[in-house]
Amino acid sequence: MPWKRKHFLTIEELSRDEIQQVLAAAGAFRRILDRRVKKVPALRGKTIVNLFLEPSTRTRISFEMAAKLLSAEVVSFDADKSSTTKGETLKDTALNIQALHADMIVLRHSASGSPRYLSERLGIPVVNAGDGAHEHPTQAMLDVFTMCEKLGSVKGRKIVILGDILSSRVARSNIHALTKLGADVTIVGPSTLVPRWFEAMDVTVSHDLRSALSDADVVMLLRIQHERQAVGLFPSLGEYTSMFGLNQTRASWLKPDALIMHPGPINRGVEIDSALADSSRSVILQQVTNGIAVRMAVLYLCAGGQPEHVAPVE
Amino acid sequence: MPALLWIKNGHVIDPASKRDGPGDVFAIDGRFVAKLTGAQKKAARVINAKGLVVCPGLVDIHVHFREPGQTHKETMLTGAHAAAAGGFTTVVCMPNTSPVLDNAGTLHLVNAAAAKASVRIYPTGCITVGMKGEQLAPHGTLKAAGAVALTDDGLCVQSNELMRRAVEYARMFDLTVLDHCQDESLTVGAAMNEGVVSTRLGLKGWPHAAEDVIVARDIILSHYSGAHIHLQHISSAMSVELVRRAKQDGIRITAEATPHHLALTEDSLATYDTHFKMNPPLRTEADRKAIIAGLKDGTLDCIGTDHAPHSPDEKDREFDFAPNGIIGLETSLAVCLDVLVRQNKFKLGKVIDLMTRRAANILRLPAGTLEVGANADVCVFDPKETWAYDATQGHSKSRNSPWHLQKLTGRVKTTIVGGRVVFASGTVR
Repeated sequence: MPWKRKHFLTIEELSRDEIQQVLAAAGAFRRILDRRVKKVPALRGKTIVNLFLEPSTRTRISFEMAAKLLSAEVVSFDADKSSTTKGETLKDTALNIQALHADMIVLRHSASGSPRYLSERLGIPVVNAGDGAHEHPTQAMLDVFTMCEKLGSVKGRKIVILGDILSSRVARSNIHALTKLGADVTIVGPSTLVPRWFEAMDVTVSHDLRSALSDADVVMLLRIQHERQAVGLFPSLGEYTSMFGLNQTRASWLKPDALIMHPGPINRGVEIDSALADSSRSVILQQVTNGIAVRMAVLYLCAGGQPEHVAPVE
Repeated sequence: MPALLWIKNGHVIDPASKRDGPGDVFAIDGRFVAKLTGAQKKAARVINAKGLVVCPGLVDIHVHFREPGQTHKETMLTGAHAAAAGGFTTVVCMPNTSPVLDNAGTLHLVNAAAAKASVRIYPTGCITVGMKGEQLAPHGTLKAAGAVALTDDGLCVQSNELMRRAVEYARMFDLTVLDHCQDESLTVGAAMNEGVVSTRLGLKGWPHAAEDVIVARDIILSHYSGAHIHLQHISSAMSVELVRRAKQDGIRITAEATPHHLALTEDSLATYDTHFKMNPPLRTEADRKAIIAGLKDGTLDCIGTDHAPHSPDEKDREFDFAPNGIIGLETSLAVCLDVLVRQNKFKLGKVIDLMTRRAANILRLPAGTLEVGANADVCVFDPKETWAYDATQGHSKSRNSPWHLQKLTGRVKTTIVGGRVVFASGTVR
């Protein structure tokens, strides 16, 4: 089936087949990353603008590298340097970028739904690099890619997502991707960060870490976004660590071959014990590497490429 | 030569005078009369209402006409045009203009602009200075300058002590306090109802508990002080139940519902369309049904549109950054007919009552009836005509309506204020 989407906005709107297509294309690009010469000419002559209106290091660098490895020109645009601080609206900023003959916009924005908003107003593809607490679809794709790489498939596997689910776009995108692929998802954390509303998304809501971890194939930790806590959703980082931090004792509740994942940036000693983050069960840095391949796949597909054409040329 | 008006052959519905059947309506010099003589009939302006409903001009005690200060959204003139096109002849404007209506001078400006408008516009005054919730505004002075009620509009007074003193003080002047019930500590950054949909969309939730807490507070303060408090745009099932119990206890509480909370739910927000963003937000189907039940059993007293114009540029933003509010005057009657009469089997007369007499009675306004001697304010509408509402062709200066390009059934044909036709054949006069 050909890839038909111009924009990459959410995992929620993707079919299972589309998710598989992205994973397949990412697999081909991932093999290219292991070559001595990693650059391919797929997007030669195209210009991609990274419009990052919220601070980000790893996602922006990952998108930049992905675009460069596809031979595209990349321009990155940060919030503090942009005209948005002069009162220009998102729509006008994006229309100007389009008028500069950009071929694609990669948007990171604090407002949920803003990539969709832009996609309805621009003629060029829009790729969501994270919108508010809504979705971070490329992150979920790289997480699922990493799980499939290690586990073969996620179907029937038990995935535990632990942490601040309420404000996490990573959690939402992963929930959509994993449930579409037939995984069994449990979200765990303090009751104020893991509200019961999530049950409508076909996941199990739990506040009992021990029982959740005991049969998990993967535990995905989320960063505790203490800088976003406008009001006290939980008492303190210390209380969080003592109740929900993944330490050696709690890791011993896991199956021996269970994977530990984290989208980064990690707070060592808060949501995860430092040694665990560096242990052989941790695939945190492999996630980062796979992120480039997934973003190459997404940029390639949204620029009109087809999954079956990503044949490695030696 | 007196101005003579004869509306004939209509289906006359006036709950106040218990009329519901075929008949005529007459007026001389802007007031209803029982009949015209044969000679007067020959000289009268005749409106043939055959096949149409003739009822009192509609009354809306909750609109925003944005003058002074935000006249790019609406003016007294364009707001009145929208009202007339929607069958409304009496409206009550909220004081969140720029500057706000917390002083007599600004009220005089509003009165001067309102006097030139084609419908009856009554202003309200602020509860507190600058709507800041810190110090009482001069209620007596505001009343003397024409304010018919007091409200801090969207900025609900958070201090229970200040609200207590406000309703006690306002009661001395027989002024009703209108409250937008929102505990702001529970709604920081909120963009829509808190629940399954906000969770899915990643938008910050506005829990109905934030409304319920203030509804309960106002009921308690009304009970304690004996003051009348009117609760604006009730959006939650629990708030309906709180009001129901308060009324059973004889507490002086009244409450309104908006057409949008009757017709729509949070499910409309799936595409982040800012034309469904308002405060209080659209809630769940259970809340919607509870509001309809509240109107049916008399728990809720009237329909108010919360007509809130915003310019297209203001609404064309990321969802979080777009302002709250939608316009509603031109669609209110059709939406209420659809939801209440057709879907929920209300009697037509009951809906008209909610939109005329009962709305007027909350603030004791001289409106909402066809009784002899009353102001000759009339709405003539076709309850069966289906039409497509195009907000860009509407009479409001703004077009931020969730019903844009929707088919509606029930269309206003003629609106009369003081015996003068202010809207007919789709045109404002």
